[in-house]
Amino acid sequence: MKKHFLGLTIPALLAASISVASSAGAQQKLMPAQSEISFTSRQMGVPVSGSFKKFDAQIVFDPKKPELSKVSFTVDLLSTDIGNPETETELKKPGWFNSFKMPTASFTSTSVKALGALSNGKFEFAGKLVIKGISQNIVVPVTLIQAKDNTWVVGSFNLKRLDFKIGDGDWNDVSIVANEVTVNLKLVVTGIAAP
Amino acid sequence: MKVAQINSTYTGIAKVFHWLLALMIVVSFSVGLYMVDQPFSPQRLKLYNWHKWAGVVILVLSALRLLWRFHRPAPALPATMPAWQKGASNMTHIFLYVLFFAVPLTGWAYSSAAGFSIVWFGVLPLPDLVLKNRELAEFLKPFHWITAYTLAALVVVHTAAALKHHFIERDDVLQRMLPAFSGPTTKLH
Repeated sequence: MKKHFLGLTIPALLAASISVASSAGAQQKLMPAQSEISFTSRQMGVPVSGSFKKFDAQIVFDPKKPELSKVSFTVDLLSTDIGNPETETELKKPGWFNSFKMPTASFTSTSVKALGALSNGKFEFAGKLVIKGISQNIVVPVTLIQAKDNTWVVGSFNLKRLDFKIGDGDWNDVSIVANEVTVNLKLVVTGIAAP
Repeated sequence: MKVAQINSTYTGIAKVFHWLLALMIVVSFSVGLYMVDQPFSPQRLKLYNWHKWAGVVILVLSALRLLWRFHRPAPALPATMPAWQKGASNMTHIFLYVLFFAVPLTGWAYSSAAGFSIVWFGVLPLPDLVLKNRELAEFLKPFHWITAYTLAALVVVHTAAALKHHFIERDDVLQRMLPAFSGPTTKLH
């Protein structure tokens, strides 16, 4: 949630700065509690947004050597929060996320490159996104914003839900539920050295 | 104003508002009753959206209708009617008008709280009346159906009273809202 970004507590900031200080050069760390992965889809023109409450990542990332980066993400689809209990129940069903059977969506980077000058803080993560056991290649452009003790990684990408058989069967009419889904990332990561 | 007040029938525009809204309200209410029991499906999603679009049309038309009513007040009730009946008639009409606004607005607010903005006819995004909030949505939900059922009850009372005027009192209270009827002093064109 947005307020988490603004509501970074003093202990959290201290803990973050200590871990950076004591383990310079070590693996970077995602702060899930301060981060947000949300998505927006359209139902008959109506934007419907939700977010995932549980996710984690393994991050090896040096902005000076982006090509050596390795990022893998897991998202718990059972933690989908769409603000409406009925829709959440529906989303867990086999036609949608099938999340009781396949609760985890994942992303594994295959190549990372800087977009333009390194000082821009713009990078492109290409990799495999797996949802419902279906793997698709995606490219996620992100922007790094250096904060005092951590780094914000902000980006978004579009996916086509039917590529992953999300909303299969009765719901495959894209004039009712749009095929395009926008995924927004606002990640707080510690341990990334300023470029 | 003076001319309209002594007029014994409704203007053509008032009749169009009345019958169009009567039709829309009956259909929207029926669709509302039907859709809530449907299983989660594309068909139900369509019904919900049509219901919402119709609700906003009802809201807009009711606002225009009220403005028109201020401009051209309703004809006076028959002088033969007892005072309590006139009072009851006025109260019913006031409540009807309040509900013409309250029913769509509570539905709109509930939809906003539930996280479903209204995009009118799938094209025009309307502002959310309240922020998306799970608890607020649950709180607002009953208000929409309570106001809708109250409106339905008043429509029954209104219809019964109109029929009573026509078949028992045999006055022109019902007739003056009929499309073909033009009272003795229709000079409003």
